[in-house]
Amino acid sequence: MGIQIDKDKCTGCGRCLAVCPFGCMEVVERKAIIKEGCTVCGACRDVCEFEAVAIERGSSRGTPDIEKYSGVLVFAEQHQGKLKDCTLELLGAGKKLADKLQQELAAALIGSEVDMLCPPLFAHGADKVYLFQDEILKFYHTDPYAAAMTAVIAQQKPSIVLFGATTTGRDLAPRLAARLRTGLTADCTELEIEDESGLLMQIRPAFGGNIMASIKCSNYRPQMATVRPKVMKKPVPDILRRGEIIRIEGKINPKTIRTKVIQVIETMDQIVNLEEAEIVVSGGRGLGKAENFHLLEELAKSLGGAVGASRAAVDAGWKPHSFQVGQTGKTVCPKLYIACGISGAIQHLVGIQTSDMIVAVNKDPEAPIFKVADFGIVGDLFQIIPELTQVVREFKGDNGSGECER
Amino acid sequence: MGMQIIVCIKQVPDTAEIKRVQINPETGTIIREGIPSVVNPLDEYALEEAVRIKEKQGGKVTVLSMGPAQAEDALRKGLSMGADEAILLCDRAFAGADTLATAYTLSAAIKKIGRFDLILCGQQAIDGDTGQVGPSLAEQLHVPQVTYVNRVEIEGQNLRVRREVEGGYEELHCPLPALLTVVKGINEPRIPTFSSLAEAMEREIHIWTAGDLGAEADRLGLEGSPTWVVRIWTPEVRRNGQVIENSPAEAAQKLASFLKQKGILS
Repeated sequence: MGIQIDKDKCTGCGRCLAVCPFGCMEVVERKAIIKEGCTVCGACRDVCEFEAVAIERGSSRGTPDIEKYSGVLVFAEQHQGKLKDCTLELLGAGKKLADKLQQELAAALIGSEVDMLCPPLFAHGADKVYLFQDEILKFYHTDPYAAAMTAVIAQQKPSIVLFGATTTGRDLAPRLAARLRTGLTADCTELEIEDESGLLMQIRPAFGGNIMASIKCSNYRPQMATVRPKVMKKPVPDILRRGEIIRIEGKINPKTIRTKVIQVIETMDQIVNLEEAEIVVSGGRGLGKAENFHLLEELAKSLGGAVGASRAAVDAGWKPHSFQVGQTGKTVCPKLYIACGISGAIQHLVGIQTSDMIVAVNKDPEAPIFKVADFGIVGDLFQIIPELTQVVREFKGDNGSGECER
Repeated sequence: MGMQIIVCIKQVPDTAEIKRVQINPETGTIIREGIPSVVNPLDEYALEEAVRIKEKQGGKVTVLSMGPAQAEDALRKGLSMGADEAILLCDRAFAGADTLATAYTLSAAIKKIGRFDLILCGQQAIDGDTGQVGPSLAEQLHVPQVTYVNRVEIEGQNLRVRREVEGGYEELHCPLPALLTVVKGINEPRIPTFSSLAEAMEREIHIWTAGDLGAEADRLGLEGSPTWVVRIWTPEVRRNGQVIENSPAEAAQKLASFLKQKGILS
């Protein structure tokens, strides 16, 4: 194991016992010892004032025994017992990488009473599921999830670990990367394996979407990335596909969980949440005032979509920040994005450019939004949007479907 | 003694002002000349929140940045908004740092500062857009973190914070010391007055080098960075869409046909 206690330095103070997430330390004859169940998470080293704990980790020379790392691991994000769509997308993307490397694809499933999620993970391509269950893991908290993921990674030693670039993934992954002392690339929109080296090429937008960058992590393992939701395609499930469940035995010490979720508030003012919506109708400065957003709400409702807003509309106080699409707001990737009265500043385009289809309605024919639109209408949104809502309603009515499929 | 608050800020190119990024074909790096620099907009929310907490609770706000000498301007903005002290981590050895090495460098500086109750960061910087430095720093300082925070209340030695997540909010308790990354909407950052700006120009900015930090040299800058940028390029964002100018009714019909044809309206 890569962890050692220097008996000369250890004073038996016991601080490491208190912080071990897995309760696997003990003080015997005034010296700390490490028992079965250690995941080499490093909590004991971090707290030791006497530098008595040493862990073999990456240095500038890289991760030791780098060749022992193999396979692709996907963090299977779930919320209240339901898998997030991005998890399935990651399995699709991860499978391609694993196939090219001729290595296995595994999922790390962390939560409480989530066994029933194993079959869909297999159906979407996982060969193995590392299952870490504990009542304490019912809600996402950084500390215990980081401890559980460390345990999974220590057991599987994956070459690549993928997370959805969600509020959970973007909270957990950097914490974990720092703990493992390895590289992490945020918000990737493309992943591929470099032919000769077999390294993960991580491609992402940066600099306000003005540039794309290709990033690699040569000397450290695992190679970690968060992947923007909805960019990768969900694989077609094969419900007959089976795999192996590997249960990680470990009990997380509740005292090591520092934050506590006391309340979860689902906002009801959005028909569909923005990041997950298949259709988004957004409004900008051209709407003129807050009340006019009802035009967009009607259209969004007829399409079964969500409403968003540009920075200008949010700064004007017409919508709260949670509606903002763009650089200092949310990144969306719907099948259809309809920009109404939005000029198309670069900071807005960054948040929408991976949409499948962009429609713009603006009275200014010179508005930059038209350059990125698949379909543009120059004209008065106050007339065009109600017309469009009417046409959609009639069509849906004729169709008898009522709502657009999501 | 009041709350000891550290705000980590970054000076970034004002991407809102960029029409098109130019890349130097020889070095493969971005040409930054002519692009104005600003304090990362999300960091201003962190600064404002820190100053508000200080105004209510008493204490001290230290503003910290890693960057080239010109990042002093960003720190002066922090001082003009009400920070008490400013530290710039400036050394060639820090150059080329990825998020892990950046967070390591900041952690070394914070250990040198000593006692702190709260660290505030913007959710992400508008140039890198990673949002990784905050959580990485929290881990390296062994303190709890809460990300995407849009409300902070202090209850003795604890925080009650609200976190913006997909489809709603979470409320959490978090003990101090802690690190929070904040989103826009948490507050309305003040505009510094002319006199506060003038005063900030007179203040001292502490400059710390790698030697001052007593950090492990092989964990700094490019050498200490696990990730490397292999290549950058400018994407083609232009789509060859059709733009029409018809009567509202006609335009709506044409758009509907287009959406049907593309299989979106079905």
